[in-house]
Parts: sequence; C-alpha cells; structure tokens
Amino acid sequence: MLAYVVRRLAQSLAALAFMSVLVFAAVYAVGNPVDILVNPQSDQNEIARATAALGLDRPLAEQYFLFLKDAARGDLGKSFAYNVPAIGLILERMPATLELATAAMLIALLLGIPLGLWAGVAPRSAAGRTIALGSILGFSLPTFWVGLMLIMVFSVWLGWLPASGRGPTTMLAGIPVSILSAEGLRHLALPAANLALLNVSLLARLARSGARESMQRDYVRFARAKGLSERRVIGVHVLKNVLVPVATVAGVEFGSLIAFAVVTESIFAWPGMGKLLVDSINVLDRPVIVGYLCIVVVLFVAINLAVDLLTSWLDPRVRLGADA
Amino acid sequence: MRPALALLSVMLLAALLAPWISPQNPYDLAQLQLVDSRLPPLARSAAGALRWLGTDDQGRDMLSAILYGLRTSFAVGFAATSLGFAIGVSLGLAAAWFGGWVDALVMRLADLQLSFPSILIALVLLAVFGQGMEKIILALAAVQWAYFARAARASALVERRKEYIEAAIALALPSARILYRHLLPNCLPPLLVLVAVQAAAAITLEATLSFLGLGLPITQPSLGLLIANGFNYLLSGHYWISFFPGVALLLAVVAINLVADRLGELLDPYRAHR
Repeated sequence: MLAYVVRRLAQSLAALAFMSVLVFAAVYAVGNPVDILVNPQSDQNEIARATAALGLDRPLAEQYFLFLKDAARGDLGKSFAYNVPAIGLILERMPATLELATAAMLIALLLGIPLGLWAGVAPRSAAGRTIALGSILGFSLPTFWVGLMLIMVFSVWLGWLPASGRGPTTMLAGIPVSILSAEGLRHLALPAANLALLNVSLLARLARSGARESMQRDYVRFARAKGLSERRVIGVHVLKNVLVPVATVAGVEFGSLIAFAVVTESIFAWPGMGKLLVDSINVLDRPVIVGYLCIVVVLFVAINLAVDLLTSWLDPRVRLGADA
Repeated sequence: MRPALALLSVMLLAALLAPWISPQNPYDLAQLQLVDSRLPPLARSAAGALRWLGTDDQGRDMLSAILYGLRTSFAVGFAATSLGFAIGVSLGLAAAWFGGWVDALVMRLADLQLSFPSILIALVLLAVFGQGMEKIILALAAVQWAYFARAARASALVERRKEYIEAAIALALPSARILYRHLLPNCLPPLLVLVAVQAAAAITLEATLSFLGLGLPITQPSLGLLIANGFNYLLSGHYWISFFPGVALLLAVVAINLVADRLGELLDPYRAHR
C-alpha cells in the first residue's frame, strides 16, 4: 500500500513537471502581453522598460528556470494585470470555486443516486423510462445555455433567485463561505444547480445500470428469500454495490466540476478562479494562467490518488498496484 | 432512431442550404434595419416580413442567424472530428502495430491528456493559438485525438492477430498498406459510433468556448456566439435572442447522440439483443 502511494506520488510529480514545461512553453507563445499592458502611444524605450520589468527580455529557457525556482518557493510570479502575486490571487478565489463544486457534487449525489436506483429497480415503469430518457437529455444539454435559461426563469420571470455574484459571505475557519447565510445560499442555488446538471445525469445513469445488474444477482434473490423488506433489499444490499462505481466516478468528476466551473462562474459572475482564468486569457495575463494550471494539475493529481485509495477501501476486491 | 435520424438530416440539410432558404442574409448589413431590432417572435419587420423567431439587437432575423450559425457549428464539428479522427486513429493503429516504445509513448500521452477535462485542454490551447476558425478546429481536434487513439488501438490489438493480417504480412505488403487498407477497415465499426459521439461533443465544446468569447470571431457567428449575444439582453426579458439558438444547438446534439446510441446497438451484436 505504502509502496503504491509512493510510486503514485512519483508518477504525479513527473506528470506535474511535464505539464509545467508544456504549459510554460505554450503560454509563452500566447503573444506579447506588453502590447496589451502598455499604453499604445508609448515609445520604444517605454516598451523596452516594461518588457525588462516583466523579465520578458530573457531567453525562454532562462525564464522557465527562473519560473521553476520561484515556483518551488510557492511564488508563481506577479500578475501582469493586477500587479499582485498570481498565486495569492488564485488562492483567494479558490474557496469560492471549491464551494460551488462541492455544492454541485452534493446535488448530483443526492439527486442522481436515488433517481438512478429508482430507474434501475423499475426499468419498465413510466418513471424508470422517463429518468432514463431524461438522463440522455441531460447529457446533451449545453450547460452554459441551461445556465442562461435558469437565469431567465428564476431571476427574470419569477424573480426568486439572484442571477449573479456570491452574495454576503461568512467567515468559516478563516475562509469566506456563502453556505452559512440564507442570502448566500440563494446566490449559490442557481450556479450549483447549473453545474450539477451534467453529473446528475451521469450518476443517475451509472446508478441505474448498477442497480439493474445488481437486481439480477443471487444476493438480491437471497435477501428477498430471507424475507427482507424490499426497502431494505434496495436501500442496503443493492445500494452498497451500486455505490462503488458511483464513488469512483463522483471522485473523478469532482475534478471536472472544478474545470467546468469556468463556464458556470462566467455566467453567474461567481468570483471563483475559473472566471479569473477566462479574464486572464483575455488579457494574456501569463503568470495567472500558468498558476491556475499548476494548481489545477496538483488538485487533479490529489483527487485521482484519493479516488484510487477510496475505491480500494470501499471494494476490498480491488488491489492497488497488483498489476504493475 | 428514425425520428432522430430524420431530425438530423433536416438540420444538416437546412445548414447546408442556409444561403438559399434563410429569409435574409443575416450578415449583409445593408439588409438590416435598426427599427427592426429586438422584435419578439412572430412579429413583422418594418418592411412587412414575418420574423418567426424574432430579431436581435441589430434587427437581424433570428431564424436566418440560426441557420447560418448551424452551418458554422456543423462545419467546425465536422472538420475538428475528421482531423481528430485522422490523427488519433493513425497514432492508435501505429501504437497497436509497432508496440514497444511507440505504443508506450502514444498511450502515456493519451492517458495524460484524458486525465484532464476536455474544456481545460481546449481553453489552454486557445489561449496559446488565439482566436479563429482554424485555431478552434485545431484545438478541438487536439482534444479528440486521444479518444480515437485509444479506441483504435483497442480494436487493432484484437484484429492484428487474425488470419487476414497474417496473410497480408506473408505477402510482404508495406506496413502503411496493411495498416490503412487491411487493419483500418476492420477496426472501423466501433470507431464510427465514437465519431458521432465526438462530433456532438465537439459542437457543444465549440459553442461553450465561443460563448466564453474564446472561440470563433464575431464575423463567423456560431450558435454559441449567438447565445452569448443574447445573454446581454436576457435580463431585460428579451429571451428569444439566446433561447432559440440554444434550442437549435440542443436539437442538433440530441439528434446526433441518439443516432450514435442506436448505431452502437446495431453494430454491437451483444447490445442489440439485450
């Protein structure tokens, strides 16, 4: 087990190093940020001064090693646009994104699993068919458009929920969160629902196929023969077996929720790091783009490792590293 | 299958024939009248023409804009998927055929890429390439190649052990010929389903990126850009400017996905009889 974790960490570091070279080389090619940051009427001297100040006049390899050296100390350079450390800027926005992604994941789990179970236990019923069809539709719905429609219905027409921003935040262990106040929850509702949509469908589909398969297994027949109530058969025996793949997928999907938050945050003006990324791409704010990607890569690596460990804990049949 | 296929055919045809069937050329500024701006659906323009789906802020007929937008969206999806297919399948076949370090290199790269959500990869690539039609096609193809490479390798690994490949080898045919003329055609069926699924994904992803302002330029508005434009007027209740382009996008993607689903059942004997 320990050997497995160590090997995985080494692999993750290699992936991280590889990504950092790739990202740095790629982002370097993004055009010249000086053109955007400097007043267009400035002369050659001023442009040269700004280029030197940002360290952009040095060779690419040197820029990369300077970047690595600083990155090792947790310094990803100063944002060109805000003139503050990029890493601080990103970390400041991270709680908002994590809160949004967590809320979306909770919605997906609490809605997707029961719906999927229902559809899997009674696949031929009207409800089962509707859920199955609905989940296909949910996959095809363009998330960003659904976000606009949510705003249209719940903010513009009904006027129930706010369409943008995070609302007032409360400090929880030094981190600002929205979930502790009613107003914050009202602000969270639409973006979280929007972000959850794809995963509700995904988890419902997964739970449905898992439940359908489980229902035909001997242990379900045995549990019924024992005289257990249908409620207990489904709620305990079937659910337990459905949960293993669901937990794995939900874990991996948490990463993609963070990535897709880029879209949701842009629609609902949610002040998270996804919106920061889009803004930074628009003004070619290199340090922030590179910093965001580094942080996301670290997050993903951590999530994947956690999911692997969780799966082996949930299902003792899965032996980690046995095939390597 | 039938309704989905019919819907898809109609939409493809409408996109193809857009310049001939749309009520106006939405990008000929001479045809736009500002008095017609933001007309609701089924209103008549100042000149008396019926605007089925309303008009946008510049007085552009939404139906025409959607038909042209569909054209762009389909074109981008088709081009990106073809390119991704060509690159991915070639690499996947090569990986299965040559094995060894080629296999290891291609598959590790694919694994690495697939461990990140497609939107993230596309965002980074667009940040690097900049905006433009060719650039977004390149970015989408770069997102897709890994799926094709993985699927092509999987089916090629099964096929290469069969006798017809042995026969081709015995005839001392060149590798490229065996790969593309013998191996590829027999690996195609499962890949076809993936082509459809990926085309739908590419269309959605392009729309999403264009919505974020990072995709197509304003001169070639795809459905995503139409929706983004409508967002500006949503809060004032002019829902139709982003609602209808979204419906068109949804219908196109659902139709493709349903056709892909059915295609998968038809091509997979185990699934068909379940």
